[in-house]
Amino acid sequence: MKYLLIFLLFIGLSPVMGQAQFEKALQTQLILASDGDVIEVEEGNFQISGSLSLEGKKKITIRGKGMDKTVLSFKNQKTGAEGIKITNCENIILEDLTVQDSKGDLIKSMHVKDIIFRRIKAEWTGGPKPQNGSYALYPVLCTNILIDSCIAIGASDAGIYVGQSKHIEVKNCTAYQNVAGIEIENSLYADVHHNHAYGNTGGILVFDLPDLIQKKGGFVKVHDNLIEDNNLSNFAPKGNIVGKVPRGTGMLILATSHVDIFDNKILNHRTVGVGIISYFMAEIAIKDKEYDPYPTAISVYKNTFERRLGRVPLEGRFAQIYRFKLRFGRDVPQIVYDGVLDSTRCGSDGQYLPQHRICVHQNINQSVANMDAEHDFKNVRRNPKELDCVQEYVKSNQF
Amino acid sequence: MRYLGFILLLGLFSYQPGPKFPSKLSDYGLFEGELKNQLPHSGVTPYALISPLFSDYAHKLRFIQLPSGKSVAYNPDSVFQFPVGTRIAKTFYYPMDERKPNGSRRLMETRILSHEPTGWVALPYIWNEEQTEAYLEVAGGTSLVEFKNQQGKKQQVNYVVPNVNQCKGCHERDGAMTPIGPSARQMNASIQYAHGNENQLDYWGRTNQMSDVPTLRPKFVSYIDEGASLNERVKAYLDINCAHCHNPKGPAKSSGLFLDHRYYGTTAYGIMKSPVAAGRGSGGLQYDIVAGKPAESILHYRMNSHDPGVMMPELGRSIIHQEGVALIREWIKSLN
Repeated sequence: MKYLLIFLLFIGLSPVMGQAQFEKALQTQLILASDGDVIEVEEGNFQISGSLSLEGKKKITIRGKGMDKTVLSFKNQKTGAEGIKITNCENIILEDLTVQDSKGDLIKSMHVKDIIFRRIKAEWTGGPKPQNGSYALYPVLCTNILIDSCIAIGASDAGIYVGQSKHIEVKNCTAYQNVAGIEIENSLYADVHHNHAYGNTGGILVFDLPDLIQKKGGFVKVHDNLIEDNNLSNFAPKGNIVGKVPRGTGMLILATSHVDIFDNKILNHRTVGVGIISYFMAEIAIKDKEYDPYPTAISVYKNTFERRLGRVPLEGRFAQIYRFKLRFGRDVPQIVYDGVLDSTRCGSDGQYLPQHRICVHQNINQSVANMDAEHDFKNVRRNPKELDCVQEYVKSNQF
Repeated sequence: MRYLGFILLLGLFSYQPGPKFPSKLSDYGLFEGELKNQLPHSGVTPYALISPLFSDYAHKLRFIQLPSGKSVAYNPDSVFQFPVGTRIAKTFYYPMDERKPNGSRRLMETRILSHEPTGWVALPYIWNEEQTEAYLEVAGGTSLVEFKNQQGKKQQVNYVVPNVNQCKGCHERDGAMTPIGPSARQMNASIQYAHGNENQLDYWGRTNQMSDVPTLRPKFVSYIDEGASLNERVKAYLDINCAHCHNPKGPAKSSGLFLDHRYYGTTAYGIMKSPVAAGRGSGGLQYDIVAGKPAESILHYRMNSHDPGVMMPELGRSIIHQEGVALIREWIKSLN
């Protein structure tokens, strides 16, 4: 540890040290770090040519001198798909730095138990483009994740993306100019609050997808977020599920169960404030027999919605459905549900049993529609009574 | 002052992970005579794989040293479970002219996989210009190499030696480091020994380095063998080039795409499987493999790229394996 500090001192004092030496020194530190080390990265703009990786370590802190002060740019990256890759670790803290312009994802962590991203800015600096990498912050198959006060910009999939993980908190973050601002996918026990998602294609997404290792997500709370003006044209490369998200989406729940959405401000979305849909809406054949394509046990309450009158933007598959099937005209409802039911969860009245219901109540400027997608949108109903219910919320002690 | 800083920095670069790992390849004593001739000492056995991993057209010399008096148990299904103390060495080199395989060559790196009591450790040793020694370099490195290929055409490769962490990016199963190549399926073929040609498994059995070697054993075809069936060539190719990550216990398990030969024919093998987090790696395509349509298959697209954010495998190559891409193209075309 002592040697590391001496070493770092010289990074600061040694103006002759070139970018290549900096990169090699930092990567060497990451390889040689002993459990418990704090790796401090100097202030400055550093060009990095290959992925930096941390592997198999415990209790490591990687700390810059501050967002926009310590900047690692992967603009001229030649090797590796990620900017920073953290694998098979425990107790990792990454804080106070900016990472930019990697060829693939900016920061990926996989198989890490207890990881904190704090005051990290992860961005593609050339504006929203399909050539940008997929995810800015990308923990996958991790347990105990805290993403706090981070900024994610320009991801061609999701700015902050948590996949196939458990016990997650995303708070005080800002995401803009991404396809999805924040996405929780096939993940359990996620608390997403006090974030600002604006200027993306979709603000906050909660998805469960088939054919994955962690099959089932759910028990997700999304609250006290400011989700506004997510009307950016979808720039995801085709073939990615997020490419199907229509511009003008505040929140989209896809096939996830036990999700509570409350106390959010969801403002100025040209297509939908909160969409709740089954995987059938993605129009992709399901081959995974264990996969549950239905969203169930969802509460949307006490949110504030605002939207000016106007037609949905005509772009993508969903827009066609809106224009030609739903025909809402200019008065587009804030909350839509596809209405595709799992018959095994229904009672004798053909509706979901109480514990599986989709419940919408006490929102400001609430307007709701059931798309009746199951019957080719024949019976589209506004403010349907089956969604006017209250049910047990997701329990806090599960987190 | 600044020079002092530099000197200290250089000192730190040569700091190694613990005293037990030699800083020089020669310290292992695996070879006799001149190191660059790569002639194994007794007790060090050369081996070869039927269908090897593509690494930017580098050629490879492989050696295994079992701890003295120890043997490894045969198994038909997976990489052999070598005992603690085993060392595997793999030297990457380029013949200056591929049409003259025994002519002059440039040795690039020798990777040592050492089975320590705490698990396998991978250590890259980079050869010096003089080709007299290879030195441990945990952070890896890159160097430009030029050679003439089979067609006599000049080929340049910016050869990348992975860092220690990147080694594990491929050599990982359930979070632990592991060898990838030496399995019954890959070694069930004859190679040239000092005493002549012999099937490797027979040799290992006969010299008591391997126990319980049966007479009936599985065997991969060589993917370059155009006489072999297309399906079998593809199984072998994707298994060695992709399945070390793309298996249910490997680093790419989050993708749900499993290219282990045992998954052949399933959705997990990619047929009409949607990508999960491919991002721009999808190339705007909907499925990993579309039967009959290589141009619509993400697998083909990513193999046929050298963009670090798109290409697969994501490590270990910087140029496209044209023959491999051609094989996959032909195979996807043949599917219906």
